[in-house]
Parts: sequence; structure tokens; C-alpha cells
Amino acid sequence: MSSEKLDSRNQSFLYKIHVDGPLLLGLLTLMIVGLFTIYSAGGQDWALVQRQIIRLGVATAVMLALAQVSPTVFRRLSVYIYITGILLLIAVLLVGVTGKGAQRWLDLGFFRFQPSELLKLAVPMMIAWYIARKNLPPRTLNVFAALILVLTPTLLIAKQPDLGTSLLIASSGIFAIFLAGLRWKLLSMFAIALSAFTPILWFFLMKDYQKQRVLTFMNPESDPLGSGYHIIQSKIAIGSGGMEGKGWLQGTQSQLEFLPERHTDFIFSVFSEEFGFLGVVLLVALYLFIVSRGMLIAFRAQEAYSKLLAGSITLTFFVYVFVNMGMVSGILPVVGVPLPLVSYGGTSMVTLMAGFGILMSVATRRKLLSRE
Amino acid sequence: MAPKRVVIRDHSAEANLFARRALIAMIVITMMAGALLFNLYHLQVTRYDDYQTRSNGNRIKVLPVAPNRGLIYDRNGVLLAENRPVFSLQIVPNEVKDLKATVSELAQLLSISETDVEDFYKDYRRQRRFKPVTLLNRLSKENVALFSAQQHRFPGVSIEARLTRHYPFADTFTHVLGYVAKINQKDLKKLQEAGQEANYAATYDIGKLGIEKYHESILHGQVGSQEVEVNNQGRIIRTLNFVPPVPGKDITLNIDIQLQQVAQQALEDNRGAVVVLDARDGGVLALYSNPAYDPNLFVHGISSKNYRGLLNSLDKPLINRATQGQYPPASTVKPHLALLGLEKNYTRLNNTIFDRGVFQLKNVSHKWRDWLSWGHGHVNVTTAIEVSCDTYFYDLAYRMGIDEISGYMAQFGFGEYSGLDLYEESSAILPSRGWKRARMNEPWYMGDTIVVGIGQGPWTATPVQLASSVTALVNHGKRFVPQIYRGIYQEGQTIVAEPKTRTPIEINDVTNWHIVLDAMYGVNHREKGTARKSFSDAPYVSGGKTGTAQLVSIAQGEKYDAEKLDERHRDNAMYVGFAPYDDPEIVVAVAVENAGSGSAEAGPVARLIMDQYFSTDNLTIAQTTSEENHEL
Repeated sequence: MSSEKLDSRNQSFLYKIHVDGPLLLGLLTLMIVGLFTIYSAGGQDWALVQRQIIRLGVATAVMLALAQVSPTVFRRLSVYIYITGILLLIAVLLVGVTGKGAQRWLDLGFFRFQPSELLKLAVPMMIAWYIARKNLPPRTLNVFAALILVLTPTLLIAKQPDLGTSLLIASSGIFAIFLAGLRWKLLSMFAIALSAFTPILWFFLMKDYQKQRVLTFMNPESDPLGSGYHIIQSKIAIGSGGMEGKGWLQGTQSQLEFLPERHTDFIFSVFSEEFGFLGVVLLVALYLFIVSRGMLIAFRAQEAYSKLLAGSITLTFFVYVFVNMGMVSGILPVVGVPLPLVSYGGTSMVTLMAGFGILMSVATRRKLLSRE
Repeated sequence: MAPKRVVIRDHSAEANLFARRALIAMIVITMMAGALLFNLYHLQVTRYDDYQTRSNGNRIKVLPVAPNRGLIYDRNGVLLAENRPVFSLQIVPNEVKDLKATVSELAQLLSISETDVEDFYKDYRRQRRFKPVTLLNRLSKENVALFSAQQHRFPGVSIEARLTRHYPFADTFTHVLGYVAKINQKDLKKLQEAGQEANYAATYDIGKLGIEKYHESILHGQVGSQEVEVNNQGRIIRTLNFVPPVPGKDITLNIDIQLQQVAQQALEDNRGAVVVLDARDGGVLALYSNPAYDPNLFVHGISSKNYRGLLNSLDKPLINRATQGQYPPASTVKPHLALLGLEKNYTRLNNTIFDRGVFQLKNVSHKWRDWLSWGHGHVNVTTAIEVSCDTYFYDLAYRMGIDEISGYMAQFGFGEYSGLDLYEESSAILPSRGWKRARMNEPWYMGDTIVVGIGQGPWTATPVQLASSVTALVNHGKRFVPQIYRGIYQEGQTIVAEPKTRTPIEINDVTNWHIVLDAMYGVNHREKGTARKSFSDAPYVSGGKTGTAQLVSIAQGEKYDAEKLDERHRDNAMYVGFAPYDDPEIVVAVAVENAGSGSAEAGPVARLIMDQYFSTDNLTIAQTTSEENHEL
């Protein structure tokens, strides 16, 4: 208790405005790294960096705004947000706008909205709410009910099709169940069921271009000019970075446009090429720092809902990092997952920062919750 | 039911459970991050060299740079083959928004033919989108200007310039220079065999004929290279390293443009050839074959219609008559035969025969006629050459026999390649026992030798062989290989190559050579000489020999009547000559097909050439023999 008092006294100002200092520091550092890399990857286009700065500003504002909201409010809204999300997903499938061969968008007239982004937060909120109503660990029946709550949006999004997002959403829900104390026996059962599900996924749910991605992942050199091109060029970029990297703005793979999607999904290749293995280690360390801080916040939270939500958001954040780095370095198939807070792009960043807003909300309301 | 509902939440137990799970999650996360880093270490450190190489392979391309082809000058420094820029219109398809519209607009602007547009689409479909495709070759100056003014309207379309050969004197030098044209599959194969493929990587044209072909290795030069950084489109971003090509060497020919032009004018209306050699070193001063054609037609790819026209023409313009024309030498070889007779003691200066107009063998009914049906009366070797007495040489040849003749004539270069620096050459035919056996599987009969005595029968020679043999004659057996190539032209000077020589002809008694040369002087200048009409009033002293080659056998007892014969069956007029008599500088050989007698038709051609050579405006004389001129 005394350490906690000391903690709160030191951070009194930030605590009052519901900001977690170390987490904010980590996020800002990441954003700056991202801006420098985007500047290089985008062919030194200052306008591109400016647009990213605006996005980061908006996302940070969203984070700070959500940090002001009490976790109690989130808990009460969980069910409604979840139901709204599911309805929107159904709407997308019926009247959605097609982009890049997938229906992901709802055109609301003044802007396009991607309901799957909402689900990224709605699913962990819903699962956390559902499980936290009862004692932990959850009973088997409740686990199955929770799984249905996870699988419904997952399948709806997979149908759009957006495999990357559906996997992220599924994992966010499963993380919440896992953290709630899912029994190992059940966990291994699910693992077996999942492997049985794989053929169904392959033959009935995946579209050709998704299958192609997986095939290419298995053997990228089989099609060096076609779909394997991205992976090969990305590996060349990363590998040729060496220990120390080619230097900022000096990456030939990216500057000469051999790398595809340089400033979005493949930005990690640009970073690795220019900053080398040393830069990569520092970047991974920075991500691990943010993840650790998130897990610490979840650990310190006083109430089950907050713990599960904060933990799930943090673990999902790491899944982003892992999937993105894994796919550009050739150990995972290419699914369109950006490198969080570094890749250029809007919607998913706002969602991520909204998640960190919830984390900060949890981090700065421990006493309040303990009293409840 | 009720007690279950009031179960109090055990917050510390839940917190412990969560803490355990969170710890497991953190451990898994750390392991996953470790796996990521392990893989990245493998990529960036362990396999660094491999990926570094592939990265460089991606971005660095080595482009060959074509060397400029060496120029060709005549001996006076007149440019005979030059390089001119040609412009072509090229399109990079993936830089054009609407290809169809662009092409049709350009077609309208520059009036590009439909076939060119079709060819463009054919090439377009075959190539990658970022590589330029040619829409129009050889743009006129007007089109270049027209397009340049409108260029802003056509992004992705550009004009490319490259140097290509041009022959300013067109058909005057075709049979000397030959031409260059686009490298074809056959050339490519040859280059591969010679290990020259890389050297020609950027080269467009290659020598196909003549000097261009023979001296290709001097003229071509060494390919250069440009190491460039390219982007994923193959577009050059910057040059990293440039190794300039070594241009081909400029060369000078022994050819004198004025003599060449006179030769062309002199042969204007006839089929035939003229070869002029420098008597002192075998240099080819002029080599002209008529009819000729414009070599520039071939440089850019001759149309099949034009090519068929040349190929099927009865006049055979594609044949180089000076080196490939196989003419019966006729009486032009009488001096050589006379020399053989004198050297081998078959005759002497004051031995005479009485010519009644026919030569006959005992018990043989066949009559070998002299061209002068009533005969020349008493003739010795000198008169025999001067008046071109056939009977004298029938007799001499018969007595010498074929082995003696073919053995000696071979030393003059008959029946073998002259060694001239042109691949288009024929060795022609020097008859011998061996030749007849191989060719017709028949033995040599004594009678066969008789017509050989007047340079007829199966005996043929090319004009260059004739000229070369006379060079040997005037040099008392010293032999040169005729050379068109004079040397490398550098910094305004020609580094003259050493003349090539051959084994000299053995001399028995040099007086014999003087006797023969004196008789050739007589042909041009003495009262009865067959070429006196052409040369008696010349301001210089010369020697020569006429020849009239019979192409169809005239039935026994019948007379040759040019009027009655088909034009292409008429006699060939031949002439060989040299001047000045005392210290010969030039040797001329002339062949005029189906023109009639050598004295009337070939002699005047040689006279025109010699006049040009000794005229005051001759650049060659001014250049090479100015001192001698002062002495005169």
C-alpha cells in the first residue's frame, strides 16, 4: 500500500488527468520512430508525414478522451456496443462498399466506417463483461457461451473477407477467456477442435487470394515475380540491412521501390533495412515495454472486468506486432496487418489508441474500483 | 439456489488466478518475441551476405555501351564512311495513360503507316511494360521537329538517337566498302563462336560485306559499360560507374577517290571492272565494279522488293566483278607466257615464226586461227606481244606444255586468291592436268594447251589477279599482296601498314623481263601496237597489253561478227597496263563485258585512269611523289 501511495503521489498530475506516464512515453516514442520511417519509406514525402501526424493527433485525442471515462461506464456499455457492432457487420455484408475485393466499409455519407474496427474493442469488452459477472474461473458452459460471442463477429468479418482482422478479433476474445482462468483441459480441447477446423477454413471459408497468400508463404520462391515477390523483396530488404543497417534514408530496397506497401504493411522491412538488427532489437524491446506496462496495469486493476479487458487489449496489441513482423520476415503468411503505431494509416490506429485509452482509464482508477 | 447466489467473490483468489495467467502470457510473449528476433538475426546477420548480394543484384544493372564505329577515309583524307545520328520514336507503355489514343494521335501527327503501327503492337505485346518499344524508325528532320514541339502532350514517348553508318559516295564504293547492317541470327552465332558476343552487346550493326566486314575487328572497337542503379521499374536512377567504350579505329584506304570516280565514269554504260594497283607496294588505288548499287539501302534494312530487284537483275550488280568476275584473260597474259618462254629457253628474242593466220598440228584437221585472218607474217617475241599474234603463242604454248605453263602462271597468282582484304573474291581457274582431272575426270590433251597460249580455254582470271600479275611483272618478280587497307588514321595522320609481300618469282635472266616489258611499251607506243590509238599521244610513257576474250566458240571457218551475236555473247574487252614505263607507279587492269575488242573498248578506260593519275590535280601524286615531280 505504501508503494502505491508513493506511486500516486509522484504521478499525481498525470494520475489526475488519467494518463499513465510510462505507457504514454512508450507510445510517443513508437510514434516518432514511425514518423521517421514513414518519411523514408514514402520517398521523403513531407505531406505524407503531415497526414500521419494529424492521424496520430486524432488517435491520441481519442485515447485521452476515453481515459477520462470510468471503466464502470465501459462495463455498462459493453453489451450495447457489442450488439451495435454485430448489427453493423451484418449491414456491411448487405450494403457495404467494396474495396480491394472485400466488403469492409459502411458509407455513411460524410465518411466511411469500418465496423470491424469497432468489434476489435467490442469483443473483449463483451467477453470481459460476460465472464466477470460470475466468479472466476468461468464454468464450462459459460466458456462455450463466451466462445459463441467471439465466433459470431469473427465469422462475419471472415466473410467480408478480412482474415487478418477476424483473427485479431478472435484472439482478443480468446485472450480474455484465457486470462479469466480457462481450464487447461478445455484449452487443449479447443486446440484440437481448431486444428480440425483448419480444413473447413481452407476449403469453405478462404477465398482464392487468401489461399494464394498461404501457398506463397509456404514457398515464396515458387513465384518470384507474382505473389512471392513481396515476401522475397521484403526478406532481401531485411537481410541486406545487416547488423547496423544501411542508414536512415539509405535503404536501397525501399528507396528504389523494390519493396511493396513500403509505408503501410511492410514498413518494418524498411525499418530493418535502414536500422539493421540493432534497430530491430530496440524496436522489439520498445514493444515489449508497452506490452509489459499493459500487463502491469491489468495486474494492478482491482476488478475482474478491468483486468480481463486491459489484459486482452494488451495481448492483442502484441499479436499485431507479432503477426506483422512475422509476415514481413517470412515466418507467417501475408495477412494485411499493419505494424501498430508505425505503419501509415488511419482507422486501425484510432482503434489501437482507443484501446490504450481504456488501459489508461483502468490504470488511473484503481482505488475507485476497489471501493465498488 | 439461494445460497449459490450469495457466494461472495473471492477477489484475492481471482487476482491470483489472473496473475498466474498474465505471467504465463508474458512468458509466451517473451518466447514469441525471442522467436521473431531469432529469425531476424538469422536474416540480418547469419545470411547477411546472401541478402546483401541479392539487394545489389536488384538495384545494380550493368548496361553495355556501344563503341562508335571507326570512320573510313580514302588515302587523301576524304571521308568514305561516316556515322550519322538516326532518330527513332519510342514509347514506354506503362508511362502512357491511354496507349491506343496516344499511338493513333502520333500516327496522325507524324503520318505513321498502318504497318508500322501493327509492328509496334506486335512488339508491344512481346515486351515488358516498362521497356521502350519503337513506334517509328528513322524519323525525318521534319518529324523530329514536329514531335519535339508537341512532346509535352505525350508523356512516356521520346525520341532516341543512335549513330548509324552512312556512305556519302553511295554506289561509287559499294564493292570496296561493302556496308553494315543489323546483326542477325547468323552474325550472332558467329560472334558467339568467336567469343565476341559480349563485345557486341550494345552494337546494332555489323559489317556485312567489303572492307566493313573484313576489317570489322579494327572498326568496331571495344564495348564500354555503365553500372547503373535502377528502380523496380528498371528506370535508371543514377550512374554508379562508367567505363567508356573504346571507339573503333579510323582507317585509311589506299583507294584514291578521284581514280575511283574516273573508273566509275569510264565504265558508266558497261558491265565491267577496273582495278588500279600501286606498282610499288600493291596498294589498291581503285577498285570498281559496274553496275554497283547504293549500300545505304542495306544499312536500314533493304525492302524485299528492292532486294529482289538487285538479286534478279541480269546485270548482277551484287557481284563484285573486280574480285569475283572470272574473265578469260585472253591476250593480256601473253607477256607472262612470253616471259616463261624466254626464261625457260623455249624461245629467244630473235627467234621468229611465220604467221599465215592459222596454226595447225600435223595430222589434225582443226585450225587454230589468228585474230588477223591473213596473219602477221614474220614475228618475234616482241612483235608477237605488240600485235598480239595468236599463232606465235599457239606454237609457244604447244611447245612448252601445260605443266610448264600452269606451274609458272601459278607463281603470278593465277588460280589462287590474291590475298586482297575482301572476303568476296574468287580464285578463278588456272587450268592444269590436276584441275582437268578433278573437274572433268579427263586427261589433259596436247591440243588443250594451244588455246591456253592465248589466255582462253578454261583459263579465267579476276581483274585483281590480272593487275596483281602485272605488278609482279613490272617489279621483276617481286610480288605484293593487293591491299585496300592503308593504315590506321590517328590524329590527322595515317600510320601506313607495311605492304604484304609473297614469295618472289625466280629470275633466270633479268634481260628477259626487260624484253617483255619493252614489248608492252610497244603495245602502247609503237607503230603496230594494239593500244597505240589509246596511248600514242599520252604525255607519259606506259606499257600495256590488250585482250579480247571470245565467249562463244565460233564454228570452224566462220568469222566473228559482233552484229550477229546476242549482246551478251559478244567479246569481253580486256586490258592491262602500267606507267610510267621507266619506274612504274600504277598498274591498271580493265575488263569490260561484251563490249568488243580490248584495244577499242578497254584501252581507253585505262587511258582515262592513267590520265587522271598523272594529271596535275591528282592529290595522290602531290602527296606521295612530290619530289619526283620536281625532278621531272
